[in-house]
Amino acid sequence: MVQMPRRIVILIAFFFLLASSAWGEVKEHVFPNGLKLLIVEDHKAPLAIVQVWYRVGSRDEEASFSGVSHLLEHMMFKGTQKYGPADFSKLIQRNGGTDNAYTTKDSTMYYETLSADRIGLALDLESDRMRDLRLDPKEILSERDVVMEERRMRYEDDPQTSLYEEVIATAFRVHPYGRPVIGWMSTLAGIAPEVLKKHYAAFYSPDNAFIVIAGDADPQETVKSVEKYFAPLPKRPERLEEARPVPSEPPQKGEKRVYLKKEAELPHIMAGYHVPVLPDKEGYALEILAGILSGGKSSRLYSRLVYEKQLALEAYADYSGIHKDPFLFFVGGTPAVGHTAEELEQALYDEVERIKKEPPTDFELEKAKNQAEAAFLMGQDSIHFQAEILGMFEIIGDWRLKEEYLKGIKEVTADDVSRVASKYLVPENRTTGILIPIKNEKTEEAKPGHHHAH
Amino acid sequence: MRIKKILLPLIAVLLFFSPAQALELNVTRKVLPNGLVLLHSERKNIPVVKVSMIVKAGPLDEPPEKAGLANLTAELLNEGTKTRTSEEISSGIEFLGASVGASADEDFTKLGLSVLKKDMDKGFEIFSDILLNPVFPEREVARVKKNIKDALTQQEEDPSFVAERAFREALYNGHPYGRLVSGSTRTIDAITRDDLVNFHSAYYVPGNAILAVVGDISEEELGAVMDKYFKTWAAKPVPERKIKEPEKSGKKEVVLIDRELTQASILFGNLGIRRDDPDYYAVSVMNYILGGGGFASRLMGEIRDKMGLAYDVHSFFTTNKEKGRFQVGVQTKNESAPKVIDIVRAEIENIMGTPVGPDELSDAKAYLTGSFPRRMDTMSKIADLLSAVEFFGLGLDYIRKYPDYINAVTAEDVLRVAKKYLPAKNYTLVVVGKQSRTGLREDPGNKEQ
Repeated sequence: MVQMPRRIVILIAFFFLLASSAWGEVKEHVFPNGLKLLIVEDHKAPLAIVQVWYRVGSRDEEASFSGVSHLLEHMMFKGTQKYGPADFSKLIQRNGGTDNAYTTKDSTMYYETLSADRIGLALDLESDRMRDLRLDPKEILSERDVVMEERRMRYEDDPQTSLYEEVIATAFRVHPYGRPVIGWMSTLAGIAPEVLKKHYAAFYSPDNAFIVIAGDADPQETVKSVEKYFAPLPKRPERLEEARPVPSEPPQKGEKRVYLKKEAELPHIMAGYHVPVLPDKEGYALEILAGILSGGKSSRLYSRLVYEKQLALEAYADYSGIHKDPFLFFVGGTPAVGHTAEELEQALYDEVERIKKEPPTDFELEKAKNQAEAAFLMGQDSIHFQAEILGMFEIIGDWRLKEEYLKGIKEVTADDVSRVASKYLVPENRTTGILIPIKNEKTEEAKPGHHHAH
Repeated sequence: MRIKKILLPLIAVLLFFSPAQALELNVTRKVLPNGLVLLHSERKNIPVVKVSMIVKAGPLDEPPEKAGLANLTAELLNEGTKTRTSEEISSGIEFLGASVGASADEDFTKLGLSVLKKDMDKGFEIFSDILLNPVFPEREVARVKKNIKDALTQQEEDPSFVAERAFREALYNGHPYGRLVSGSTRTIDAITRDDLVNFHSAYYVPGNAILAVVGDISEEELGAVMDKYFKTWAAKPVPERKIKEPEKSGKKEVVLIDRELTQASILFGNLGIRRDDPDYYAVSVMNYILGGGGFASRLMGEIRDKMGLAYDVHSFFTTNKEKGRFQVGVQTKNESAPKVIDIVRAEIENIMGTPVGPDELSDAKAYLTGSFPRRMDTMSKIADLLSAVEFFGLGLDYIRKYPDYINAVTAEDVLRVAKKYLPAKNYTLVVVGKQSRTGLREDPGNKEQ
């Protein structure tokens, strides 16, 4: 993912729930060049995953080059001094493996999942591209077109993710979280090969990266193997952009509203409130608040707005505390046919007010905690998630936060939940986006819009 | 993410694997006295139990004027039973951090349960209750119908949904696979509560179902649960499926749908094969090389890597009981649509006309056989796999045999199945996009007519 389109947001919140406690034991090793290695053993299947995390995301970009981190992620597959532009995935797949990568606001992550006896191949390829990326100008231009197609698919032609983009761009005036990870069409067009080269030189080095390996791997062998491929890579003394501070967002002093008119079938409403993130204690309470409002069909928003009142086709609250800097708590939904965005907006705010006055019952609180705990436990069946959770916490400060998480969740009280709602879910702190569907006249005339020919 | 769903078609076709380093699943298979097939694999790495159940009830079993009946039945299972309201079911299961659900697909209805071991008794209690005792309350029926219809309205704004619906409709020519599993507004309105009660009573019978249980549950524990909660499920006659083979119209068909979009969503394809067709393995290898193999595929190499014309391009053959479909999917800016369609057609003609090279062939086989452990590396995947292997009649030794099937495929086989199943001229093409920009007409790029 390059961004957090709303449908994905919910998924991420779910992963976030997995994010806690001490299940698999973690072994840490730090090499002299600054590279950190985390290992989690899981021998249930003869597989392993190698994840290489870089501490760079859209948060670290200059506004005029918005999208450069994600474009660089694409270029990491387009050849090095040693390997050709189409070799990377072919080599992995020829060995029965799979590989991919994603960029977020805070990080860029690359992974290979394969038979445990072949992780040397992944380490060889990853160490090679950490240092010797080719960045051929012709390939860059072609890949920029690919990213523009990705942007068209995910944003331009998707009304709800477009609205999400508008809401965060409006909520953050100063902090880079307001910019989309994928970048804007205009900034993408302006990213020249030299910009990418500078970004690569500044952020891709062992001391700005760490590796997580989970699966059927022997820790001692794994350390040796990583050492063989990565120890020769030097630290980079001249990281130009490291010192550049990321400005914090000034407090919001009044509601902001944004309207998006776009071809769509149904309206949508999405409101974001500025909130703290982990490891701030309030992050745990916000997590439980989202669970009580939105965790399943028995949650407050579903049972009231979708089930009882039948006002909404869907209604959600969403929060992820795994960000480097304060981000947003979202509430939103799609009105059922026959209802307006404004009706649903009011109903959402009514529920927000209600939880301030009526703290969750013991049943609601315990249900939300049980959901968090069970989701965490079930996530441990996947080596991908075991590794990813560690990586996400390491990115925001320390992988050991994972072990605090479940404790933090368990300590949340009903009063904590009402208190964070009262403190943060207030109109002055809110940015509200409304999607107004428009119909293209020509399309309307042509409806059902089919043109058959044989 | 660099690739969104390139490998998804492979995952959807979930029976690709090799036993190179086979997991020892120790599957037991029993047919219970009431006819239910029970599959069990004990896995103790985490204290969790996953259940996957197939009920052979789907669009193939419903009258066309009531399309969506199987889906609506599935959607209403957890909306009220003889002893539980909708709200009691959801809060009961969610309090455990567990989940239950049911949904219909093209060939069957699938039910699932995911629960911690410590809560498994309660989990099976609720799961068996929604399976055996749903009462389809009028109020819930009306509400869920409205919900499904509203969701259909919303999906009109999703170009891939619009394209897929038009593609299936054009390809299947009246066959149930050509309809939406959810039905349409008109057919959903035609379904009554009696229809739901009767459908459930006729099709949700033990001899028509497969139950796969995977996780931290021993044979004794499973036996006790089955005794306690499934004993009342009495044997009944299994309804016969009246199958009509999908027929090909034999003509080229082009459907252009005009929408205010920046990208054209293109679907290109043909009728495919049945899952039990012996050509399935040669087709798997051929499709991997053409467009199923992500960045190792020819379509991705040409359209994305060389020309930068798309973020995603893929091809797949669906896994179906009846004749499925072959489908290429790609999105490109409106203006590039004709060019991309030309490349897709050229690559299809190429693989139909020239044998694949030895490296391509061995790479494809190495991936298909070597990726086996990932097809079954979680309890959920194992449960889904076991129930599907049973449904398609592949036999429990299938896991052992699969690499032999793949390794036996030759370059001549690949050429033969490419010629036999890929469409040179009589293809179905759907393009959803801004047609004034695509410049497409009834006859896009079709030079041989």
